[in-house]
This record gives sequence, structure tokens and C-alpha cells, in this order.
Amino acid sequence: MIPELGHFALILAFCMALVQGILPLVGAHRGQLAWMGIAFPAARAQFLFVAIAFACLAYAFLAKDFSVAYVAQNANSLLPAIYRFSAVWGAHEGSLLLWALILCGWTVAVTVFSRSLPLEFSSRVVGVMGLVSVGFLLFMLGTSNPFERLLPMPADGRDLNPLLQDPGLVIHPPMLYMGYVGLAVPFSFAIATLLEGRLDAAWTRWTRPWTLIAWVFLTLGIALGSWWAYYELGWGGWWFWDPVENASFMPWLIAMALIHCLAVTEKRNTFKGWSVLLAIFGFSLSLLGTFLVRSGVLVSVHAFATDPARGVFILTFLGLTVGSALLLYAWRVSNVTRRGGFDLLSRESLLLTNNVLLSVAAATILLGTLYPLLLDSLNLGKISVGPPYFNAVFIPLMMPLVFLLGIGPLTRWKKERFKVLGSRLKLAFLISVLLAGALVGLTAIPSSLMVAIGLGLAVWVTYTALQAIAARFRYGQDRWRTLRAIPLEFFGMTLAHLGVAVFVVGVTLASSQSVEQDVRLEPGGAQTLAGYEFRFDGVAETMGPNYRAQQGEIRVFRSGELVATLFPQKRIYPVQPQPMTEAAIDPGLTRDLYVALGEPLGDGAWSVRLYYKPFVRWIWLGPLLMAIGGLVAASDRRYRLIKQARRAAVLDKMPNELGLAREGAQ
Amino acid sequence: MIRYVLPLAVFLALVSLLAIGLTRDPRLVPSPLVGQPAPAFALTDLQQPDHTVTRADLLGKVFLLNVWATWCVSCRAEHEVLMQIARQGDVPIYGLNYKDDRQEAVRWLQRLGNPYVRNLYDPEGQVGLDLGVYGTPESFLVDQKGVIVHKHVGPITAAIWQQELRPVINAVKAR
Amino acid sequence: MRRRRQRMVLVALILAGVTGATALAIAAIGQNMLYFFSPTQIKAGEAPQAHNFRVGGLVVANSIQRDPDGLTVRFDVTDNLNTVTVAYRGILPDLFREGQGIVARGQLSHEGQFVAEEVLAKHDENYMPPEVHEALQTAESGGRMNAVAEDNP
Repeated sequence: MIPELGHFALILAFCMALVQGILPLVGAHRGQLAWMGIAFPAARAQFLFVAIAFACLAYAFLAKDFSVAYVAQNANSLLPAIYRFSAVWGAHEGSLLLWALILCGWTVAVTVFSRSLPLEFSSRVVGVMGLVSVGFLLFMLGTSNPFERLLPMPADGRDLNPLLQDPGLVIHPPMLYMGYVGLAVPFSFAIATLLEGRLDAAWTRWTRPWTLIAWVFLTLGIALGSWWAYYELGWGGWWFWDPVENASFMPWLIAMALIHCLAVTEKRNTFKGWSVLLAIFGFSLSLLGTFLVRSGVLVSVHAFATDPARGVFILTFLGLTVGSALLLYAWRVSNVTRRGGFDLLSRESLLLTNNVLLSVAAATILLGTLYPLLLDSLNLGKISVGPPYFNAVFIPLMMPLVFLLGIGPLTRWKKERFKVLGSRLKLAFLISVLLAGALVGLTAIPSSLMVAIGLGLAVWVTYTALQAIAARFRYGQDRWRTLRAIPLEFFGMTLAHLGVAVFVVGVTLASSQSVEQDVRLEPGGAQTLAGYEFRFDGVAETMGPNYRAQQGEIRVFRSGELVATLFPQKRIYPVQPQPMTEAAIDPGLTRDLYVALGEPLGDGAWSVRLYYKPFVRWIWLGPLLMAIGGLVAASDRRYRLIKQARRAAVLDKMPNELGLAREGAQ
Repeated sequence: MIRYVLPLAVFLALVSLLAIGLTRDPRLVPSPLVGQPAPAFALTDLQQPDHTVTRADLLGKVFLLNVWATWCVSCRAEHEVLMQIARQGDVPIYGLNYKDDRQEAVRWLQRLGNPYVRNLYDPEGQVGLDLGVYGTPESFLVDQKGVIVHKHVGPITAAIWQQELRPVINAVKAR
Repeated sequence: MRRRRQRMVLVALILAGVTGATALAIAAIGQNMLYFFSPTQIKAGEAPQAHNFRVGGLVVANSIQRDPDGLTVRFDVTDNLNTVTVAYRGILPDLFREGQGIVARGQLSHEGQFVAEEVLAKHDENYMPPEVHEALQTAESGGRMNAVAEDNP
């Protein structure tokens, strides 16, 4: 009964989405208030129905209702309750439902926080989001119904893929989807603006916090995924340039470009068309990512079960959504662009360079991801493009970006004199070069030019970010008041930039200084790696709730002192007769010790993989800082004062003297 | 003007690439085993563990060899259709019980009905490997001389039976 | 006029940058793409010597051998028509098993062995790397009721 209720709720949600997607848009076009007024209640009703459907599926999982095919495939009576719950989004159908739920959640958030927007505009935004929702609900009802029954009911389920039975994977997909789907908000704002045919700076002020928050979620989601891959896949890698990873990485890059672009549009009232285009691209890449993951056109470690019918549907949906958005863009954007003058050396051109670099980076990743498909389509052979390609292209693009990141916040808008900027940056540059040289030269670590560049860039970014804050202090007499006068947005930016520095340190050191070794260890045997002695005390059998495991015990000593005792496991989940390597890690701020069991080699000996990974935590610490920075920036007072936003909307229609005045305060 | 339309043009090119990618469905690639004799085997009968069945026992008639397992959820969906096909009696169905547990498989047949003339028990998947079976369900049409004439991957549905398998069976029989 | 010239310089710089990046990407793709060959293609001499590529197929039953050091493994990979022996030093992935579809990346040695740097097996009982199943010229399990796959989109 409950599953049928869920299915029914899903159908009702679809009807609501149709109402929400059509009436408000027509109403806004014709200027009918009553029709526009439908937008908010329809969005909330749709959210309610999708939430009911989601609750029904969750209930089916928790109640072990194996008569539901999706539950039977992804759960088992022995599966712990928390994983039965997270199994809701453990495979295709349920993760689509989560998508839809999150999309409705974002729409409701828009209806709550955008009450002060002009009704015509907000009903257009909500209408566009409704249309997106129509597509997803139709997809679910048509090709991937999670409530399908399986009769007669099997005695037990096939269990969740053991890889997904992990706390990291409980939160990673929701985070990632929050980010993916959150990009629908700036997208809808952009489409609504194009529909209205005018683009004022108020648009950017409304869009920025949404973009920031979506980007924050995307950042956390990607970082969590990387962290999960690190400890769960048992290979100690943290990024594989896998198509599915790329699918989330491209929208992240574009969203980041959009955040920077919106800054220019808001402060200087230029780059409008570019902002709109980036907003469209960001969500398009989210949809493209969904297509690539779901249609199975690409080879991936992560690929979902493939189904051509689903592929055709998503491709059609992608074509319609993005095609019409770009058509609208081509048709309308010339009405909204306006050029603002700025010099070759100015914050505008630096941010423009940032945008170009980020977009080109996203494009090269897209190229690398789709190139195998392209060659295959042209019958030129089956190839794969591996990490070497992505590293060869991505790293050279990011180095100038990180370098410019140090300059941007210290450069003035509109026009900057080269000499002035140079004198401002001289010290920072000198310190970076010297410190990096000292770090590489004085420590005994094996190093290279890349290590020096990486560390130098990290110092450079840190120093300039602090310098930019310090510069603000110098203006006022009263320190405390000056501090409070600095907008949160500025602190957010600084934090995010420091996050980049932390990340760069992590990547540089973890990728260049890691030591790994596969060894054969007998009980009582030992192996020394990077100054740590790993002593193997043998393997014993243990049991988990739904698996049995061979658990090794390895004690790690440094100069004779016990550092850690590690228990790597080799698990077998009997329902899906699949072995799983569960690595054991001793984490630390400056290094991780990582041990994974290989295979038994007879006589109690095992092959064991040992890793020493310095500063690897910083790889996730950096994104965490970036995310916190994003949150801080999004909570800036300007975005909270809704009434003020409305007033500003009126003011912004005047020429940009006002924009300049506000910029002066910044 | 061009720079406004450019994104659209690039996007359309991308969509057509993806569309071509979609048409390259790996399932449409014919199996190299089609047109070749079915591999030899000697397996025990599922329901009579002391009986051994060999390739020669099956020959003489066109038959459908269906690879299934109790752990395979789509086999359950397919089972209904197999029951109908068995009732129509156009073609005998032999089952290859793949990487499965004998007791559970027998119980499955007792509960859901048995469309198979005979079931071969292949717990190690050895014959499955020879046949190039990767997943379940898969079905092979084998002619009177033991040559594989057609292979279907995935569950047989009523539509697939009508449009895909039956015409082949009729053609083979008419040969 | 000055502003106009500056804009031209900016556009030129960006164009140069984008062109540079494109050239970089194309060069990198040319160097780093890995072709896929089936055991039959290798037997026919289509695969390159002294160059990395990938090979895929099913692991032949009872073909797995370990060297005395315990870490080097040799096994045969088949596409049901031909086989090639793969040598790999290191820890095999969890799902490596006889009868399992795998993809290995590495080079051909002079003795005709494939020396792998990396061996991949996919994480699903019913899932097989598309190349493998094209190499096997069989298709993947259909019905997709096996929606068990990793969720990391």
C-alpha cells in the first residue's frame, strides 16, 4: 500500500510541476497577477508530494519491503538501518527521487527567501524551475519508477553494493546533488532575466548568494567523494579523473567562474551577458553530468547500470532545456549587455582572465571526457584518456590562475597603475620565492621544480590574502570599527583563497612526497617505510553485521615507539559475493599512514600495501576552508537585507555612479 | 551576432555527438558464438543431482537455452514470460542454472513453476564462461545440429518473444 | 582610441591564451590516449610494441600463477578466441577473480607477455567494462535489474 501511495504522490507532484511550470510563466507573459500568484503555492505543494514519495520509499527500505523491486535490489534484511536509509539513493531510481526532492527544496527556498522580488520576476524563476522538475519527474515516472513491485516477493534482497556501505557515502550524494541541483537556481534566474529582457545589477545581487551556496555544497560534495575514494577504494588515490568525477568537477569550475563574474557584474555592471551564459553553462553541465552517468555512454568506475531508453530521454531533456536556454540567450542577450570601460590592468580584466582560465579548464576536461566517445563515434578505435592528459592540461592552466589569485584582491577596479601594483606586490613575491626556495633547499626531502612552484604559490596566495586584509585595517583609526566595517563577503573571499593555498600545499606534497610499497609480510615480519616500521602481527577472522572479514593487525613504530595500531580488513559480503578491501589509516595533519591488505599468500603471509602520505589531509582541508568561505560570503549583510535589496533594485536602474559609490564602500 | 549564437551551435554539435554515442549500443554487437557450435559440456541435472547431461542429450530439436539464477532479479521478471512460452510449446526451453545454490533453485522452480524441460546445474559458471555469458539472464537459440543461431541478452519480454525470437525460430525450423 | 587599443590587446591576450591551452590539450591528448586491444588483435600483431595500451577480457580459469616472491602474478586473459598472458606485480583489485572481466594497462614484452602496470576489475557482479564485452563480442547483461552500481555521480 505504502509504495502505491508513494507512486501516487509522485504522479500528483508531476501534475503540480506542470501547473508550476506553465501557469506562472504564461501569467508573467500576459501580466495576469492571479496566474503568477500560483507559482509559490504550486511549488510548495509539489515539494510536499515529492517529500511524501521520498518518505514512502524510505519507509519501504526501513520496513524491509522486498516486494518493491528497487528495495529488493539495494537492501538486505541484515543491512544496518542507517545504510537501509542511505540505500534510498544508492542506485539510479532513488537517486533521481533525491534529485527531484532537492530541486523542490531549492524551489521552496526561493519562494521563502525571494518574497521581496517583483512578483513577475519571481514567478518566472519558479516557473522555470517547475519546468525542470517536469522533466525529471517525467523521467522517473516513465523510465525509472522506484516504486515498481516485484511479485512474487523475494525472500530477501540483494543488498546494497558493499562499496556504498560507508558513512561517507551516506552524506556524499545528498551534498553533491544539493550542489548540482542548486545550480538550477542561478540558471532559472538567468532564464527569467532573459525572458524579461532586461538585466540590471539587482539580478546579480539576487543570484549571487544562491550561486555561492550551490557552489559550497558542490565543493563539499566533491571533497567528500574524493575523501571516500581515498579511504574506501583501497588504492590511496584521491582523484582519478574518472568521467563521473569530471561530471561534478566541470559544473564546480563553472560555478566558481560565475561567482567571480557576478562580482564584476554587481560592482561594475559589466560582463552581464557572460554572467548569464555561465549561469546557463553551470546547470547545463550538471545535466550533462547526469546524462553521462546515467546513459552509460562512457566507461567509468562509477557508471550506473545503463539503459539506452534512459539515455535517449535525458539527451532529449538536455537538448530541450539547454537548447532553448541558449536560443533565448542568442535572441535576447544583446538587449541586456552593456559595456563598461576598464583598463588592461584592472580588477575587471584579472577577473575576466580568471573566468577564461576556469572556462577553458572546464572545456579541456569536457574534451578529455568526451574524446573517447568522439573517436568511437567516428569508428577510430576504442581509447581512453587517462589522468596523464588531465594533469598535463589542467595543472598548467591552474598555475597562472593561482598566481593571479594573489594579485586580484589587491588590484583596483577599472584602472590600476602597473608601478603601484608592482610596489604593492614586490614584497609578497620576494617572500614567496625565498620561502619556497628555503623549504625545498633546506629540507632533505626529494624535490623538484614543481614542488618549489607549488609551495611558492601557496605562500604567495596566503601572503597576499593577509596583505589585502591588513590593507583594510590601515584606513581606519579605530581597529574594531574598521574590522566590523569590512564586509563578510571579503572575509569569505579571503578564507576561500586561503583554502586554495592549503589545497595547493596538500596536492604538491602528497603527490610528490608519498611513498608506497607492496610487500609480502609474514606474521612477525616487518617493513620500514619513510622512517616508520610496520610490524605485521597476522590476520584473524572477525564478523560484521552483514559480512565476515579477515582482519590484519599492524603495529607502526617510529624510532622504537609505537605510533599506531592499524586493523586493515578484507571483507566478504555473502549476499553479493564480493570481497572488499577496507584500508586502515592513521590520520594526521602532516601525514597519513595507510595500510591495505592484499591477498593471502599461504603460511599466514599476506601481501600488504603500505603508504606514507604527507599532508594528504590538506587536500580536503582546503576545500573545507573554501566552503566555509563561501558560506561566510553568502551570509553577507547585503543579501540578508531583503528590503534594501528591493530599494537597490530601483536604484540600480540609474546609471552606475551608484554602483561606484557602493563599490567605494567595499 | 555570431558570438551570441556560437554557444548554441557548439551545444548542438555536442548533442549530436552524444546522440551518435547513444546509438552505439554495445548490445547490438552480435556475438561471435552465433553461427558456431554450442560448446560441449557435462553437467548434472538440477533436480536430479545423480544424472549427468551432455551436449548430445539436447540435440535434435531447435531449443532455447536460458541462463538464469535465483539471485538475479530480472530472471524473476522473465520467468512469467518463459512460463507462457513453455505453455505455447513452440520450442523446448532448457535452463542453465548459473552460479547458484541447488536447493534455492529447486525451491524457486517449485514456487514459481517450471518452464524448463531440463535444467543444467552450473555452480562454478564453467559452461557459462564457455558460452561467453556475463550476466543473467541470457538466452541462446540452438538449432537441430547444435549451432547457436541467436543470442538474446537480458530478460525475454512478450514483445521480444514475438518480434525477435519467434521469427528466428520459425526461420530455423523452416530451413 | 587608447581604450580601444587596450581592448584589442586584452582580446589578443585571451585569444593567445585560449589557443595555447587548446594546443596543449591537443598535444596532451595525442600523447596520453590509450588504445584498447583485444587478445585476438594482439595475436594478430595489431598492438604496438613499446607503447602503453589496454587489453581486456575474461580471466581464464586456473591460469593464475604466483611467482615465489608472492607479489608477481601471471594470468591469462581471453576473449573466447585467443588468450594473452598478463604479468602484474602488486596487489590485485578486490573483484579480480577467474572468469571475471578485467582491463589491464601496460605494454607488451618481447616474449609476447603483457606486462601490466594497472589491473582494473569492475565493482559489480553483472557489470562488465564495455570494451571487454565488445572484445568478447558479447553483450552485457540486459534487464538492468542489477542496478547495483556505485553512486558517485
